[in-house]
Amino acid sequence: MARVVVDVMLKPEILDPQGRAVQGALGRLGVTGVADVRQGKQFVIEIDGEVTPELREQLHAIAGELLCNPVIEDFVLIVDEAQ
Amino acid sequence: MRIGVITFPGSLDDADAARAVRIAGGEPVALWHGDADLKAVDAVVLPGGFSYGDYLRCGAIARFAPVMSKLVDAANGGLPVLGICNGFQVLCESHLLPGALTRNDHLHFICRDQALVIQDTTSAWTNSYSQGQEIVVPLKNGEGCFVADERTLDELEAEGRVIARYIGQNPNGSRREIAGIRNARGNVVGLMPHPEHAVDLLTGPTLDGLGFFTSVLTSVVNA
Repeated sequence: MARVVVDVMLKPEILDPQGRAVQGALGRLGVTGVADVRQGKQFVIEIDGEVTPELREQLHAIAGELLCNPVIEDFVLIVDEAQ
Repeated sequence: MRIGVITFPGSLDDADAARAVRIAGGEPVALWHGDADLKAVDAVVLPGGFSYGDYLRCGAIARFAPVMSKLVDAANGGLPVLGICNGFQVLCESHLLPGALTRNDHLHFICRDQALVIQDTTSAWTNSYSQGQEIVVPLKNGEGCFVADERTLDELEAEGRVIARYIGQNPNGSRREIAGIRNARGNVVGLMPHPEHAVDLLTGPTLDGLGFFTSVLTSVVNA
């Protein structure tokens, strides 16, 4: 078994009103010193067997095509073989 | 003149879009997301709503519906396509139009009658209007903030591809008050406000939206 984790975040130049709302809530809860909050998405994909280079390439393509919108978002794909 | 209206799971405004087509003098044709068939229509409307529950991103799942592969090819071949609200989001996700629609900058869902100024009258869907004409149609969205990088925005402006802009207070934080854009050829138009809700005084604030639907009838006849 392997686990592939894809983190999707809005690009730095894209306004993140949800992150800003969370930042505001942190301030109201008395948390000080918070410079910025950005909200993203995480996809956890469980794989039967090992992640072959072909599969990794396929998942990378899917991450860039379906899981994130490259116009506004960046993604990071991490393979954890130790699952 | 046969104008297709695609229904996705979660589409809300397909019936109003079909009604607007009928009032404008066209024949609405119901198209289904699961069919890879455009039924030989002369133009297509992608209606508003919440296709696939807005899961993942607005329009992201709809983009991969069987009917969309046919539609993308047809649109690249010149078929007139109008995406309204969620339909605009689907067109951006399909890369038929540049940019993306993101969460309103104030985070609130907004529903109101919205003043717009028409800025391009060369497209298949706006040729019934006059340059600079001001119209009022309903606006209702939670993720209507149009964003694109500065270079893309400059290109859209330079090529006259911003078809409509918000007047007055920007309702959702859209860059440069952009309410709608078109592709370079002018057959594909995306618009966040809802012209299909402004075609009958019984239910809409004005008749100002009708022009989008009469425009395409004219452009198909002339094509």
